[in-house]
Amino acid sequence: MNLPWLTILTFVPLFGGIVVAGLGAEQRRLARGLALAFSLVGLAGALCLWKHFDAASGDLQFVEKHDWVPSLGIQYFLGVDGLSLLMVMLTAIVTPLAVLASGSMFDGKAGSLLAIHRSPLPAAGGVRGDGAHGVARPTQGGAHIFYALMLWLQAGLFGTFTALNFFHWFLFWELVLIPAFFLIKLWGGPKRGPAATQFFIYTMVGSVTLLLSFLAIRLATGSFDFIELADMAKRGEITAKLGEAIGWKAHIGLLVFFGAFLGFAVKVPVVPFHTWLPSAYAEAPGPVTMLLTGVMSKMGVYGFLRVLLPIFPEQIRLVLTPLMWLAVLTIVLSACAAFAQRDLKRILAYSSINHLGYCLLALFAVTGAATGVNQPELQKAAALNGVLLQMFNHGLTASALFLFVWLIEKRSGGLRGLEDFGGIRKVVPVFTGLMGIALFSSLGLPGLNGFVGEFLIFKGVFPLAPWAAALSTLGLLVTAIFLLTLIQRVFCGPLNGRWAQMPDLTLSERALVAVPIALMFVLGIWPQLVLGVIDLTVVKMVQQLNF
Amino acid sequence: MTWIAQNLWLIPVLPLAASGVIAVNKQRQHKLAATLAIGSMVLAFLLSLCAFSATLIHHGESGVFREVAGFNWLQFGGQWLQLGWVLDPLTAIMLVMVSFVSLLIFIFSVGYMAHDENFTRFFCFMSLFAAAMLGVVIANNLLLFFVCWEIVGLTSYLLIGFWYHKPSAAAAAKKAFITTRIGDLGLLLGMVWLYAETGTLNFYADGHGCLESSALTAMVTHMTAAGMAVSTAIGLLIFLGAVGKSGQLPLHVWLPDAMEGPTPVSALIHAATMVAAGVFLVARVYPLMSAHPEGAAAETAALQVVTWVGALTAIFAASVAVAQTDIKRILAYSTVSQLGYMMLGLGVGGVAVGMFHLITHAFFKALLFLGSGSVIHGCHEEQDVRKMGGLKKFMPVTFATYAIGMLALAGFPLFFSGFWSKDEILHAAHGWPVSHIPFFLGCAGALLTAFYMTRQVALVFFGEYRSSGRQSAHSSSKTDKHEKSAPTHVGGYDGKGEPHESPAVMIVPLVILAVFAILLGFVGTPAWPWFDGFLNGEPAGFNFSKLTESGTLGLMLASAGFVFTGLGLGWWLYGKRQRKTAEEPDVLQVAQPAVFRLLENKYFVDEIYDATGVRFNAWAAQACDFLDRWIWGGVVMLVTWVTLGLSSLYRFTDEFVVDLGFDTGCETLREGGGEMSRWQNGRVQTYLRVIGVALVVLVLFLIWGRKT
Amino acid sequence: MTPLQGCLLVSALLFAIGLAGAVTRRNAILALIGIELMLNAANLNFIAFWRYGAHPEALSGMMVVIFSIAIAAAEAAVGLALIIAIYRHYKTTNLDQINSMKG
Repeated sequence: MNLPWLTILTFVPLFGGIVVAGLGAEQRRLARGLALAFSLVGLAGALCLWKHFDAASGDLQFVEKHDWVPSLGIQYFLGVDGLSLLMVMLTAIVTPLAVLASGSMFDGKAGSLLAIHRSPLPAAGGVRGDGAHGVARPTQGGAHIFYALMLWLQAGLFGTFTALNFFHWFLFWELVLIPAFFLIKLWGGPKRGPAATQFFIYTMVGSVTLLLSFLAIRLATGSFDFIELADMAKRGEITAKLGEAIGWKAHIGLLVFFGAFLGFAVKVPVVPFHTWLPSAYAEAPGPVTMLLTGVMSKMGVYGFLRVLLPIFPEQIRLVLTPLMWLAVLTIVLSACAAFAQRDLKRILAYSSINHLGYCLLALFAVTGAATGVNQPELQKAAALNGVLLQMFNHGLTASALFLFVWLIEKRSGGLRGLEDFGGIRKVVPVFTGLMGIALFSSLGLPGLNGFVGEFLIFKGVFPLAPWAAALSTLGLLVTAIFLLTLIQRVFCGPLNGRWAQMPDLTLSERALVAVPIALMFVLGIWPQLVLGVIDLTVVKMVQQLNF
Repeated sequence: MTWIAQNLWLIPVLPLAASGVIAVNKQRQHKLAATLAIGSMVLAFLLSLCAFSATLIHHGESGVFREVAGFNWLQFGGQWLQLGWVLDPLTAIMLVMVSFVSLLIFIFSVGYMAHDENFTRFFCFMSLFAAAMLGVVIANNLLLFFVCWEIVGLTSYLLIGFWYHKPSAAAAAKKAFITTRIGDLGLLLGMVWLYAETGTLNFYADGHGCLESSALTAMVTHMTAAGMAVSTAIGLLIFLGAVGKSGQLPLHVWLPDAMEGPTPVSALIHAATMVAAGVFLVARVYPLMSAHPEGAAAETAALQVVTWVGALTAIFAASVAVAQTDIKRILAYSTVSQLGYMMLGLGVGGVAVGMFHLITHAFFKALLFLGSGSVIHGCHEEQDVRKMGGLKKFMPVTFATYAIGMLALAGFPLFFSGFWSKDEILHAAHGWPVSHIPFFLGCAGALLTAFYMTRQVALVFFGEYRSSGRQSAHSSSKTDKHEKSAPTHVGGYDGKGEPHESPAVMIVPLVILAVFAILLGFVGTPAWPWFDGFLNGEPAGFNFSKLTESGTLGLMLASAGFVFTGLGLGWWLYGKRQRKTAEEPDVLQVAQPAVFRLLENKYFVDEIYDATGVRFNAWAAQACDFLDRWIWGGVVMLVTWVTLGLSSLYRFTDEFVVDLGFDTGCETLREGGGEMSRWQNGRVQTYLRVIGVALVVLVLFLIWGRKT
Repeated sequence: MTPLQGCLLVSALLFAIGLAGAVTRRNAILALIGIELMLNAANLNFIAFWRYGAHPEALSGMMVVIFSIAIAAAEAAVGLALIIAIYRHYKTTNLDQINSMKG
């Protein structure tokens, strides 16, 4: 059968979103059920892809290529390699989880978060510090719109991860932005307005420069095709062509590179383009944050891997040292900043930046010329494998952590300050245990998924850039400090009497969190499950970078 | 390959499985948990014995007996990363020690933790710990080693913070994890460096391992930027991991605090096995540490660092122990000090010297900790030695076993294991060509060890019982922390009784450990250095004359002299003149208040760290937060404001310049139109008139034009 | 005075009379008659210029005038019809009162 699988995969949630949006506002359960069904179909599709993907080949598979606007060099060009497949899989896993987690948002007569508690809770304190807002707010109505947006977000993500032509890739890239904006804007916390706007503008600025850069490239080379462009870059033609087409030969390559870089750097995010992230993550409702951190933040790294590294290797080498410093800065600063936060979601948001910082470190390190290094290809392959694994692991772990915070928010009526709890391990032991596992996974404990990616990254980066690697370990240390502080403040110590009645995880909640937790163990113990699929892709990438 | 070498993985997997099963079972199933944990440990111990006997059988064959097995774990760049395990004498001896001591402590815990509401969780963690520790022992791969090492750290964290509702326990757990993690990061870097240099992390692999000669030769000749051999640099980084785990200076601060955990935990983790993991690590990578180019001195920079750190830690911790009052803290500092000895032994004398002390220490320190647990238990959760006293008559068995442990630790000559192992270290230190200072530090440490142990025993077991039973539960701030105290009591404690002996389930392990604390020493005497031979793969002959060689004998006499001095001094100051009340100041405090204060506060290391590291970290966090909010965020705000400003400017221009002009134009046009429309008044004849006039004008114009 | 001048004089007079009638009379029919006079003055001019022009044999002036008379007849018919329609609507033929076409 030669069905266009990838197109179908992308359009199922798109179509699902339309169906769900067409429901009435009162049909909450139906909307949720349908959204879940469509996202599960997406998951099934992704699993099918995974199964039929030929891991013994690093080439693009399931390729669909049709002329679209031939006069402009635009083709409809889809395909997956290990990298895309991994990201599609991650999207497919996280979306149903987020849909399931959002269940309680629209329950209850008043539509209020508080309504799900049987036990009467004392009125929570006012807004304090940075966003640890106390008052449970009634959720907005419009479950059908919420779920439709979620599905569209998923469709956009699928599209981004499978597109290989800049034109529709960019379309999907932007398509993701819109549902995300509305999800924050309409269902977010008290400061959702500014957070959503900041998020939107930030990413939009990045997108604009990205678009300009690609228009310049299109002008110079006549192609929008990532694969073709990468080949040209390998032959070193792009810079020359840019110089011919636009002039200002000395710097045009760098300029175009920076434009594209900004687009991805905002999305990842790289310090100092990250300030939108903590507030966006903190203000978005839990399930949306799960998607934002789980998958959307991977778009940036994906962009680096798919676009920036293959197309601009020359330019990256020119500015390698500052970029490495930027990566180290991202790792260390975000870890330190996380330690200073008092809001659980903001802590995790900074931790998220920190984790993606390791990806950046490895990305930049592998672009270097690697002179005088033993087996440079092997080190680069290790680092890139680490990056891919880290992306997947972080998606899993971070979304699980935000899921836990969401569950705790439900119990505390919206409170999620570091100092608001204390000793709740006594009343919610199962919750504590499972969240502890997720936290330790985030901390990089061996045996859980987080470690393998970080180890491979350090293994690869150290020979390529010893000082950067050594400095980055500071990030690992500070991560341990703030995560353990979180455990200490929230779960340990004498029980805060206010939460004496806090209910532990219900069975359905346990089933929900069991999925990511189980995956954490599986990937921690048997990382080959993922590495086996991506390794050849990585080898090919390394060859692409070697010239 | 022997069956046991092939299946060595079973040893850690058994307790791991037990831990997993306990974890998913209900909290109330105490019996199941204890049975599973102890059962798996028994099996692990039997398998360890199997492994040990396998090495014994092959002992004396050519070279060191060593068998490795492995499996492919993950793949990158088309290459497999292999993990695996190794069976050699070092592994075998550690396996037996760890599994045996763990088993005894598990049994002891059944009694000690009997009434704790988290009994099952305790055994889950303990099993996990045992599994990870056994994993560390068998690992033939630095990565697998690191994995297990970190899990050991995790379980240590979980167990120190076992009574999580105590803020001090939660803080101590965090401190332990973070402090050891500092060292672990060094280990991680050392590991990736080693990996990059040698392309493998397997220790031994038929000549391709990273600890085998070909890899080592490459590393000693390869220089780093600082002019140091790569092997030395890597060795030092790895040693950093050992420093963290084994509580060496300057990362020792977590270990005394770790005594917040239940006593069996302190015994198992923070005395017998886990802290020894650091020593074991150094022993494991000893070939790397000692690798030196042909012709260079055998005392490599790495080993010199190990020696100095060990020696300084030994004397430092021993001196601190002198002024402590918490029974477990005294033992904790003693542990730190003894670990220093082990490092010293490794640095100056090689694997066998350090490991011998590790093994003997494991037994007598576990004995002492369990004994202290028994004491604490018997005294109703009292930990302050000043409030004890005279326990000899209340707890005779505990006293007897404790005394054996104390004498072993102090290094009482000839009959106790500690003497032989410590003597070997001092002997090696004496022969160290680089410097004699470590030797003197070691001797001073031995003296102090004997002194503080005598002090402790004198205060705890001799004299009169100083705490009235009525107040015992509330008499000190220390006990207040033990909110869980009540449920842990077994026996007929009614809240105000006198100290009592512990139940048999706690006593029996003590007795067994005491037996080993005496016997173990005889496998490594100078006359019969079987232990050295076993580890180094050489046959050991019995040679009594070695004992009476002038050098050996002299040193033995000297060290015995130090020990006796310490014992005598301790007895003279604390045993003879017993303090009468708990509040009385210490004898040393009276004599040397300033020194005592320094020691009592552990040289203010914690305070120094608080003032530097911790404060720096907090400062860095605030600074980064500030950067985020005001610098990066400020740039964003600035951009926002600039944008808003520009927008306002545009709006102003639009509204007051462009719009105004446009509006005026429109208005004029409209008014003009109105004016013009008056001409169209609908009167046909008026139009006609206009046409007529226009005609006339036109004609006149034409005529006029014609003329010009 | 040549015959042409005489003719032109007459036609000018006729035109002036017609204009004066069309402009001054309030009655629409009289105004229409005035317009007819002006038209006929023009016709007279045509004839005169043709008859005393360079090519009196070409009949072109005659042709134009005949056309013009036909048009004048049609115009008169349409004009009268308009006047009747206006009268039916406004019940008057006084031009001063028929000013609804003003702007």
